[in-house]
Amino acid sequence: MNKIIFILQREYLTRVKKKSFIIMSFVGPLLMAAMFVIPVWVSTMEDGELLKVAVLDEGNNYKNKLKNTEAIDFKFVEDKKLEELKADFFKKEYDAILSIPADLEKTPDKLTIYSENQIKLSTLSYISNSLEDEVEAKRMASKGIDKQMLDSIKTDLNINTITWNEEGEENESSTELSMAIGFISAMIIYMFIFMYGAQVMRGVMEEKTGRIVEIIISSVKPFELMMGKILGIALVALTQFALWIVLTFAIVTGANLVLAGDKEVNITELSQGTSNANVEQVLEKSDSQMAGIMKKIYNLPYGMILFSFIFYFIGGYLLYASLFAAIGGAVDNETDTQQFMLPITVPLILSIVMAQVIIQNPNGSVAFWFSMIPFTSPIIMIIRVGFGVAWWEMALSMFLLIATFIGTTWVAAKIYRTGILLYGKKITYKELWKWLKY
Amino acid sequence: MSLLSTENVIKKYANHLALDKVSIEVNEGHIFGLLGPNGAGKTSLIRIINQITAPDEGKVYFKGNLLKSSDVSQIGYLPEERGLYKKMKIGEQAIYLAQLKGMPKNVAVEKLKNWFRKFEIQDWWNKKVEELSKGMQQKIQFIVTIVHEPKLLIFDEPFSGFDPINANLLKSEILNLKAAGSTIIFSTHNMASVEELCDDIALISNGKTILNGSLFDIKNQFKPNIFEIQFAQAFNKMEFAMNSIFDLLSIENQKNGVISTKVKLKENATTNELLQIGLNAGNVLAFNEIIPSMNDIFIDIVNQQTQTNQ
Repeated sequence: MNKIIFILQREYLTRVKKKSFIIMSFVGPLLMAAMFVIPVWVSTMEDGELLKVAVLDEGNNYKNKLKNTEAIDFKFVEDKKLEELKADFFKKEYDAILSIPADLEKTPDKLTIYSENQIKLSTLSYISNSLEDEVEAKRMASKGIDKQMLDSIKTDLNINTITWNEEGEENESSTELSMAIGFISAMIIYMFIFMYGAQVMRGVMEEKTGRIVEIIISSVKPFELMMGKILGIALVALTQFALWIVLTFAIVTGANLVLAGDKEVNITELSQGTSNANVEQVLEKSDSQMAGIMKKIYNLPYGMILFSFIFYFIGGYLLYASLFAAIGGAVDNETDTQQFMLPITVPLILSIVMAQVIIQNPNGSVAFWFSMIPFTSPIIMIIRVGFGVAWWEMALSMFLLIATFIGTTWVAAKIYRTGILLYGKKITYKELWKWLKY
Repeated sequence: MSLLSTENVIKKYANHLALDKVSIEVNEGHIFGLLGPNGAGKTSLIRIINQITAPDEGKVYFKGNLLKSSDVSQIGYLPEERGLYKKMKIGEQAIYLAQLKGMPKNVAVEKLKNWFRKFEIQDWWNKKVEELSKGMQQKIQFIVTIVHEPKLLIFDEPFSGFDPINANLLKSEILNLKAAGSTIIFSTHNMASVEELCDDIALISNGKTILNGSLFDIKNQFKPNIFEIQFAQAFNKMEFAMNSIFDLLSIENQKNGVISTKVKLKENATTNELLQIGLNAGNVLAFNEIIPSMNDIFIDIVNQQTQTNQ
C-alpha cells in the first residue's frame, strides 16, 4: 500500500507546480475579494455626470425640501407649464423634469419624472425620501398629530433569535448570517467538487490515452492508482482552498485599510471578522445594535460549521471523484464523457438549485431528505448546519455519506480496472453493468 | 529449471475465450519467444503474468511458488502500447516508475544515471517527454523497464519504432541482460529476430498453445526432409533420378554452370544413401539440408489450424 504514497505525491506535486494552479491561487482570491470590495467601492463612487432636474412644483410647497447634491442639481421652474418644458426638453437644458402636483399629500401617485434616459434608482429614492417626510408632515398636520409625540411612539423592532438545547445552553444567532455562511460554504463545496472531480477524470484519461496506465498497473494495483490519484488531487484542492482563504483575507484586509481610510462607508460591516483591528474598530464606534450583531457573529456554532464543512467537503469530493475516475477510465476521449457525466452532474446541480429553497426553510422535510441523500447532502447539509441541526440527523447523514462513498468507490474501481485497458470501443451503460460482474 | 510457468490458464471475456488452458514453461536464463497471430491471446497471457488481470482458472508459478503480488518488483514489463507522462521531466518520471517497482530513490537515481550515460542520453534528464521523438521515448521506456534489475523481463514488440541502428543496440542490450542472468519473455511478429534471439518458443493461436519447446527442436520437428545437392556441369540426370529412396523435386541450371537439385528423402532412407547416389551421378559441389525458417513454420501452422477450425 505504501506505493499509494508515491502516486499521491506525483499527482500532488505535478499539479501544484503547474502554472495554472499558481495563477488560479492568486486570481481566485482576487475574484472573491472583489465580491466583497467592489460593491462597497462602487457605492462610494459618485457618478461624474451632474443630473440637471427641472422641478415643476405646482403648489410651491417643496421649494427648500429638495436639496442639491453632488450628483443632482434641482432647478425650480416657476414661469413655465409642463407642456412648455416638455416641448423644449430636447434643447437639452435639463436632463429630467420632475412634476410635483399641488396636492401631493392627497394624490401621491401623481408624482412624475420625465427623462430621456432611465433615471438611476438612487436618484429616485433620494427624491422620494426627501418628499415623503414632507408629505407625512403635511398629512399629520392636517389630522392634528404632533410629530414629536409620534416619534416617541415609533418603534423599530428587531427580533432576537435565540436557539437553545436540552442542556439549557442558549445561543443568540442571526438568521441572515447563517444563510450567508451556509450558502457560501455550499457554493464552495459545489465548485470544488466540479473542478477537482473533472481533474480526476482528465487525469485518468491522460494516463489511458497516453498508454501509461499499463506500465503503471504492472507495478501497482489499479485500485491503488485510482485512490492515489483521487487523494492526491484532494490535497491539491485543500491546498488551493487554504491559499484562497489566506490570500482573500489578506486582500480584503488590505483593501479595507485603504478604502476605510477616506470613505465614510465602512466596509468592515461587509467583511466582519477579517481582522481583529477592524472588529475592535467597529465595536468601538458602533451603537448597541452593532454590538448585538457582533455578538451574534461570535455566537454561531463555528466549531460545528468548520468541522462539517471539512467533512462534507472531503466526503462529497470523494464520492463524486471516484465516479469521475470511473468515467475517465471507461471512455477514450472527452466527447464520449458527455453521456456519463449527465447522471453525475444532475444531483449536483439539483442540490445547488434546491439550496435556494432550503435556505428559506432549513428544517423542513425537503431539507431533511436532501440532507440525507448522499449525492446531495454535502451541499444541502452545510447550508443547514448554521441554523442548527439535531445531532442524530447529522450523524445519520454523515454515516450515509461514508457508506455510499465506500459503495461508489467499489463500483468505480471495478469499472476503472476494466476500462483503462480497453481501447477503441464505444462504451454503453449495458457494458458498464457487465464490468461490475467481472 | 523453469523460472515461470503457467498451468492450464483460462481467461474468458464477455463473448470469447481468450486463453484456453494455456500452459507454458519459461526456463531460467533463456529468451522465450511468445508467438502467435494477432488476437491469439498473447497480450492476455502477458497481462496475467504481470498480474494486471487474474486468470479465471489455472495457476501461474514464479520461482516454483504461486505468483504473488510482491513478485511485481522482480518483473519488468515493456508493453506494446506504451507511453509516458508528456508533461513530466524524464528524470523525475523514470525515478517515479522505478519507485513504483519498489526501488529506493537514491538507488534508482544512481542506476538510472548509469543507464543514461550508457545510452549517451544524459542531457535528456531534465527535458520533458513531449520534447522527444518516439524512438527516443522508446529508449527511456526500455531503461525504465530494466532499471530495477528484474529476474524476469517481458518485452512486447520491443523493436517497433526503432531505427535499425537503435534496434541493434537494443538487441545487444537484450543479449547482455541474458548473459547477466535475466530471463526474458519476448513477444513479437518479427520472426527473424525470434531466430536470432530466442532459445525457446511457444506459439499461441486462438487461445491455445500449439507449439512449445526449444527453437532447435521445433525447427527439427518441422523440417520437411528436403535436401539440396549441387553438381558441376557433368551430371547424369537419368541415373540420379532413377532410385527408390527419394523424389526429385526440382533441377535448376544456375548461371555459373552449377546444377542445383532439390530432393525429398523418403522415410527410413539415410542421407548417406542419398549422397552415394549423388556421387555416382556426377561431381557433387555442395550438399545441405533445407531447414524451414520460423516464418514458414509460423505461417504453415497457423494456416493449418485455421483450416481445421473451419
